[in-house]
Amino acid sequence: MPIEFEAPKPIVQTQFVLKTVADEMMRPRSRYFDEHEHEIPWDYIEFMHSAMRAMGGSSLAPHDNGKKNEEKEKRPSVGYQLIAAQIEALCWGDVGMYHCLPGGGLGAAAVFAAGTPEQKAKFLARFNDEKPTFAAMSITEAGAGSDNSAIRTRAGLDEKTNEWVLNGEKIFVTGGDKSFTGYEKLGKGFIVVWATIDPSAGRAGMRAFVVESGTPGVKVTKLEHKMGIRVSDTAAISLVDARVPYDNILGSPTVEKTTTGFKGAMATFDATRPLVAASGVGVARAALEFLKEKLAENGVQIRYGLPRQKLTSIERDVIDMEIMLKSAWLMVIKAVWMADNKKSNALEASMSKVKAGDVCTKITQKVVEILGPLGYSREFLAEKWFRDAKITDIYEGTGQINRLVVARQILGYSGKELR
Amino acid sequence: MYSFEPTEEQQMLVEAVGKFGVNDLRVVAHEAEEAGELPKRLINKGWEIGLLQASIPEAYSGFGERSAVTGVLAVEEMASGDLAGALAVLTPSLFATPILLAGSEEQKQTYLPKVIEGEWSPYTAALIEYAFDFDPNALKTTAELKGEEYVLNGEKAFVPFAKDAGAILVYTNVDGQTQGFIVSKDSVGLAIADEREKLMSLNALPLYRIHLDNVIVPLSNRLGGASGHDFAPILASMRVAIAAAAVGVANAAFEYSRDYAKEREVFGVKVAQKQAIAFMLAEMRTEIEASRLLTWEAAWKLDQGKEGAFTEAYFAATGAADMVMMVTDRAVQILGGHGYIRDHPVEMWMRNGRGFAMFTGLAIV
Repeated sequence: MPIEFEAPKPIVQTQFVLKTVADEMMRPRSRYFDEHEHEIPWDYIEFMHSAMRAMGGSSLAPHDNGKKNEEKEKRPSVGYQLIAAQIEALCWGDVGMYHCLPGGGLGAAAVFAAGTPEQKAKFLARFNDEKPTFAAMSITEAGAGSDNSAIRTRAGLDEKTNEWVLNGEKIFVTGGDKSFTGYEKLGKGFIVVWATIDPSAGRAGMRAFVVESGTPGVKVTKLEHKMGIRVSDTAAISLVDARVPYDNILGSPTVEKTTTGFKGAMATFDATRPLVAASGVGVARAALEFLKEKLAENGVQIRYGLPRQKLTSIERDVIDMEIMLKSAWLMVIKAVWMADNKKSNALEASMSKVKAGDVCTKITQKVVEILGPLGYSREFLAEKWFRDAKITDIYEGTGQINRLVVARQILGYSGKELR
Repeated sequence: MYSFEPTEEQQMLVEAVGKFGVNDLRVVAHEAEEAGELPKRLINKGWEIGLLQASIPEAYSGFGERSAVTGVLAVEEMASGDLAGALAVLTPSLFATPILLAGSEEQKQTYLPKVIEGEWSPYTAALIEYAFDFDPNALKTTAELKGEEYVLNGEKAFVPFAKDAGAILVYTNVDGQTQGFIVSKDSVGLAIADEREKLMSLNALPLYRIHLDNVIVPLSNRLGGASGHDFAPILASMRVAIAAAAVGVANAAFEYSRDYAKEREVFGVKVAQKQAIAFMLAEMRTEIEASRLLTWEAAWKLDQGKEGAFTEAYFAATGAADMVMMVTDRAVQILGGHGYIRDHPVEMWMRNGRGFAMFTGLAIV
């Protein structure tokens, strides 16, 4: 197909629907939940869950609940593009509340990417059940952030019971509380926990385990207090002799000499990084649109088309922001389009994250600056978006880690050659 | 649907243009810049690829249809070879493409075959004016209707090949609107400066200042005929072309500095193995991609007649001008002292780079 920039119909439709959701269900709650950290927006969660069930979709994970394997091959080739557009539209509403959207999230994405058909059937079907259900991904530890090969959490096999025994401390688990704690209003969730089955093997020993809600020995020990996206819970988890069935391991249970297993798991990032980038584009668009509204209300016009020398400082800023925002979105779309078309997109995925991380922090910072006291006041949401946006340049790989990935790709260097 | 895949035809064209850019233009670029002259045979060789010819329908002696998307793909590749060379090869488009886009039937019949048949010949256009606040939508050169004729007055700058041009498409201000006039070379009152423009770069491209002192132009030579034309689509086509050229120059500088960084040893490793350098390269590549996609989208919107296409072309050109400055500056920085030496091309690309803030009018697709 030749070069084309026509948004596919499902995307246009979803943007239309989600604009209403953002306006009606998210924005009116943004301020309350920002100021009432760790309260759970039940009415929003229940509304979204029933709405998504009515529409036949369970979550923002690619559709595969293990029930319709024969249809899997027919997945529309715009699957990831559609998800990116949905995330962008929801994050235009509220990034934190987007994280409260019931469904499998990154946990399900990991199962989807690395699980066997049996595992997919077992773990992914639940998101369509009557109660809203969450799943989370847990990689980070106090001593292992971007360098996740430094993970200390240990998984050992108890050969007598044929169970994995997990021990360790995890932090920064997005949605960990809703996935694990077992609230009555929620279905049984799980957390995909990363641990090593052989500490001497480095990356080759790294595996992910599905840890079901309520597993004895696992505790949510803390909910973090954050700069932004406060409605989204960020949990710390401790695992003390936590027993997990043998079949809950994602990937091969034996340690090979190569890091193929690890790299395979890392490949999920190629799918998820553009999606995080999409969330950054959403909040940046919210801020920029708000700025333009306020400027228009105050009689400030942006004279598009003038040479730079004739523009006012505000006009230049707004035009620069529009350029950044549009190109960031195009980079997201290209990265997910490649994923949909089964093209290797490691470079494009990381570039889109680098760009969107830059763009959403710059735009939200500039918007607050230009709006002055209006921007800084908690009367409006601009200051909240400024706080919410910053996380985009941090989670799912900081801007710096993604630069490293981009650099390795363009230079043809391994992790050893470019540390 | 979204798609980022050029057609097979476009890929073949891009490949041919790329080969010409790297094997021909790039090879002579340094010498041409120093000597202030491009070999005529190279201009003809580039012309024979047929970019302009393929954008003009058979009815006017061409063999194709105009596509801004194809245009930006090709311009990026050619400019990646050498900017001055690319602008020289593409100069006749400055005259022919606006006529194709906005000319009257009579103008198309008269001029298009003349421009595209045979060898490259210097038909050109004059948009830029010598003023710090130059604005293509608020020109100082005027055209006044007197009876059945227009009278043109003013000064234009950076006019490629004006000295040898068969005819020049001169943009003027008619009641606040930018309007083109086809001015023949031997018009009374048209004076072309003897000396070429002396600029920070583009020495290989002969650019001239021209003066119009009561130049009389018949009504039929107003672009589009007596009632004139809309300038916006022409300006947008210029903007996406210049954006594409900026992407091309930036990509050349990126690739050159990347390859250099992989060769150059420092403290026992390659300099590219230092994050300070590797991160610069990563950001250069990322920003090139950003500009390229924005340029593609603007070109696609122009081809489809989409709402907002003109503003998007403005965004593409504005963003690309910043991007190419950043990228070329860093390319010089990565080469360090060697980047500053004219034996390496990066310093020329950096001088090229600054120009994109004012080059609109020197290319069109």
